[in-house]
Amino acid sequence: MKIITGNDLRTGDVIWWTGEGWSRHVNDAVDVPEGAEAIIARENAKQIVTDTQVIDATLTDEGVRPAHIKDRIRALGPTVRLDLSLKPADPAAGTWVI
Amino acid sequence: MYQYDSYDQKMVDARVAEFRDQVNRRLAGEIAEDQFKPLRLKNGLYLQLHAYMLRVAIPYGTLNGAQMRMLGDIADKYDRGYGHFTTRQNIQYNWIKLEQAPDLLADLASVEMHAIQTSGNCIRNTTADHFAGAAADELVDPRPYAELLRQWSTFHPEFDYLPRKFKIAIIGSETDRAAMKLHDIGIQLVTNDAGEVGCKFYVGGGMGRTPMIAPVIGDFVPPLQMISYLEACLRVYNRYGRRDNKYKARIKILVHEIGADEYRRQVEEEFAHILTLGLEPPPAELERIKGFFEQPGFDAAASDDLDLSDPDFAVWVKQNVHAHKQTGYAIATIALKPVGGIPGDATADQIRLMADLARDYSFDELRVTHAQNIVLPHVKKADLYTVWQKLDEAGLANANLDLISDIIACPGLDYCSLANARSIPVAQKISERFADLGRQQELGELKLKISGCINACGHHHAGHIGILGVDRKGVENYQLLFGGSEGADTSLGTITGPGFSEDGIVDAIEKATNVYLDQRADGERFLDTYRRIGMAPFKEAIYAKEPANG
Amino acid sequence: MVEQNLRYRSDEPVADPAVTVDAFADQSNATAVRIEPGDDARDLLPHLDRLALVEVNFPAYTDGRGYSAARILREHGYQGELRAVGDVLLDQLSHMRRCGFDSFAPNHDIDRAAADKAFATWPEVYQKTVDGRPAIWAKRHG
Repeated sequence: MKIITGNDLRTGDVIWWTGEGWSRHVNDAVDVPEGAEAIIARENAKQIVTDTQVIDATLTDEGVRPAHIKDRIRALGPTVRLDLSLKPADPAAGTWVI
Repeated sequence: MYQYDSYDQKMVDARVAEFRDQVNRRLAGEIAEDQFKPLRLKNGLYLQLHAYMLRVAIPYGTLNGAQMRMLGDIADKYDRGYGHFTTRQNIQYNWIKLEQAPDLLADLASVEMHAIQTSGNCIRNTTADHFAGAAADELVDPRPYAELLRQWSTFHPEFDYLPRKFKIAIIGSETDRAAMKLHDIGIQLVTNDAGEVGCKFYVGGGMGRTPMIAPVIGDFVPPLQMISYLEACLRVYNRYGRRDNKYKARIKILVHEIGADEYRRQVEEEFAHILTLGLEPPPAELERIKGFFEQPGFDAAASDDLDLSDPDFAVWVKQNVHAHKQTGYAIATIALKPVGGIPGDATADQIRLMADLARDYSFDELRVTHAQNIVLPHVKKADLYTVWQKLDEAGLANANLDLISDIIACPGLDYCSLANARSIPVAQKISERFADLGRQQELGELKLKISGCINACGHHHAGHIGILGVDRKGVENYQLLFGGSEGADTSLGTITGPGFSEDGIVDAIEKATNVYLDQRADGERFLDTYRRIGMAPFKEAIYAKEPANG
Repeated sequence: MVEQNLRYRSDEPVADPAVTVDAFADQSNATAVRIEPGDDARDLLPHLDRLALVEVNFPAYTDGRGYSAARILREHGYQGELRAVGDVLLDQLSHMRRCGFDSFAPNHDIDRAAADKAFATWPEVYQKTVDGRPAIWAKRHG
């Protein structure tokens, strides 16, 4: 699948395109097989998101899994500070990115 | 320490106002991201993997207690309770909000600090010997010259869009503690037979993807022509440095391609012209600045005696305390390298504690080292034990300075959008593998440096043992290097061969240290043994199917 | 000729079109020349007295060679119009002025009021350049 990601312009938070808006959780990301460029152009113009890009991902039993490790780390948070990640209560969260 | 006058203060205040305006224009949609990006970068604001990251300048790595305290308060107020001290003597915050960045800069300005030119293709924050003004082996205190450099380079109108970033380091002692020859310009303050001070200019060093050791370009530039000589060096670079390929745009490539002799000729020609323009600040300005760096009020009667009856304290003193030029005083280094920790990270509370210790025991001064540690430069020996106890209570008494667990590591793929692999987990695993301090001491001085990509922020080329993280088909892979060094015996590391997995690299390092223990001659460090016996025995051990020391 | 919108000189603008540095060498009557980033501004030094306009082109704002070109011309006594053309952005105007530019022809509109504000960005300056502003060190020491 193709998903759209970017950062919240004001806060810098990593966000994912949900089809209607933006979510901090990668599992909310929707497949955008086509038309991504138009969505990006429209959303960029609203001054709410920056550094937008289309990335590859797969849909697994656990949810949406970005294809590249860099995007998986973006989706989770720093693996060396899981307390600051989106899964602070899951000590095994770091293995998901590998 | 230097203190701003109203002029300096006006400049940082103007910068805050300018950036606030730029942020407002960005948020209002008046400027697009591609125009805004270089503007925020010139204020040290990056967009990293998880958020904006702000790099705050700590000019020549020197700061006072109030400034350090502010760094701690900023970590709490604008970030998530910690900061990361970097290999360029700066501090980075990882979770900054764009809309709050102008307020953060205003808080910094209130303690005479800023984030000016901590990124972008401009002259970056100047680094210096972290023991400046304290080291027993110092010839000339580099800090007044570094401050002169800070002012000259701040908002320099001609050199704001250089081919690439530009880093200057300055030292004033024989021992190079600032990796000076691995900078775009390294300045060593030297004295001649007549006792006059001169600037020895090394130009065209650097790490990154094409590491080079800088050749000497200017032998003995008079200190009162230092700024003019810099103008000449920079102008030649700005005009002729390559702009067709960002990987070949650093000054080291220009100096290498045209040769040191030709570069020197061009600089001398430009220098002769610039000397006619009167660009150099007058002698009185250097004297004014020097006035801020006079020796603090040392107690001349302070005793050199030190009670080492507490064995843990004795170990820390042996490893982390250096000789001071003043009898009865010592330089204490706080290693931000706990076993299993994140190199260079400190919590807001730890930062404030270090600020308090500086205020109470080090004439209100601290330094940040390029090895991501903190220095209390002027501690009375009689106070050392108290200082150590307070550090120990805060988890800051790691007695591992310059040992294998005193690792330099860049933020790597855990934070950095340029990284190809994570650095910090490798550092953590190595420090855990070698957690036993006795074992580390047995290995002696061993500088281990890790970068998560070819840009070499972790100085892997200059590590006795260097590690470079690479991306191999989407999987993190780590190359190993031996034989790098910074300082007087600067050398560049050599790659051992095929890379390793995260666990494999830890095993390989352990095997290499075993080769060293087997083969070392009396008094040899790991680096010395490597230089004497060469790569082959190490390679044999680390790539053997069965562990060589199984 | 680029349409000009910001000029900080009181003399009459030069009507002649700016020619390339190569063409300038061949045309003894040309009074206006245009420098590209790769040109050597020093080639013009023998001819400064007949030059009334030098345009310095910035094809991309990130290419800072034009700042040195401008300063070199001024350092050698060039008094004519020095015009930055091309990818000239609001946030660079102040530095350009300090390097000797007194005229700006951006390839997009810059509001004159915004430009005036940009020129006032720095209440003081740390370096002596060619704009006549005293460096902070000069003020400190009278």
